[in-house]
Amino acid sequence: MSKQVAIEQDGIIVETLPNAMFKVELENGHVILCQISGKMRMNFIHILLGDKVRVEISPYDLSKGRISFRYK
Amino acid sequence: MFKPKTEEEIELLHENGLLVSKTLAEVGKYVAPGVTTNKLNEVAETFIRDHGAIPSFLGFDGFPAALCLSVNDVVVHGFPSDYVLKEGDVVSVDCGTLYKGYNGDSAYTFPVGEVDEETRKLLDVTKASLYKGIEQAVDGNRVGDIGHAVQTYAESFGFSVVRELEGHGIGKGMHEDPGVPNYGRQGHGTHLVDGMTICIEPMINAGGRGVYVARNGWAVHTSDHKKSAHFELTVVVRKGHAEQLSTFDFIEKQQ
Repeated sequence: MSKQVAIEQDGIIVETLPNAMFKVELENGHVILCQISGKMRMNFIHILLGDKVRVEISPYDLSKGRISFRYK
Repeated sequence: MFKPKTEEEIELLHENGLLVSKTLAEVGKYVAPGVTTNKLNEVAETFIRDHGAIPSFLGFDGFPAALCLSVNDVVVHGFPSDYVLKEGDVVSVDCGTLYKGYNGDSAYTFPVGEVDEETRKLLDVTKASLYKGIEQAVDGNRVGDIGHAVQTYAESFGFSVVRELEGHGIGKGMHEDPGVPNYGRQGHGTHLVDGMTICIEPMINAGGRGVYVARNGWAVHTSDHKKSAHFELTVVVRKGHAEQLSTFDFIEKQQ
């Protein structure tokens, strides 16, 4: 049986929460809880309210994601 | 994380692989116009249980059957039903076994009766792309090399590769690390090491690569409703060349 890949989608930050967690609104309207990825933390990339970002969502829990890229 | 398998574990996985291959061959004998997909599922479940194994798909995450039976525009994860196969259809049969604590997983797309040339080409290209992927499954390569080989071969014929689903490692669990996508960039992805047991399963669409999931939450359909083929083999990565733990020989000898 095939395994589902982690889905990548774009979204906009709608709320900032403590500990580098963010609420992101996806293109389809869903709002999910996201965490910043380790690579972005290491390189000191800041994310602010209203930024457009790319999010990786696990197929096992569609309400949580990982922010992997911030668009300019 | 991934741990290389011991020789005993690989031997058990080989037994599972042979059992799955024989089950697919048994199902293949029954594939013909006028047969329902429920019948094929029954045949497989009886065969697997007769050999002392358990069909691993039954109950997996709530899956209701022993086989995935995916007809025409269904890519994977179709349920068996009273659908009657007709001349010109293609049915992808995906089978999994649980024997002595380890898993087996393999799939084959059968043509029903005579199929048109375009469909014949889709089946041949998908199967060949699987073998191309297997050639890359050697110690020292990376998962992206497998995906790249499958993708470039399939796309050179104008077909498209499904992105949303991928192959996987296999062992005590049906799905283990690493994930093996059917697309990729060479030199990227997890390193392949001797003793890694993986399932490579190209899912190739005749039309565009878009897919959607049906209301039942399982069946994956092509967005343009064109046909899709799926072949899967379990291999163990070795130095120099991969070893197949499951094979299509049983199916092809009887055709």
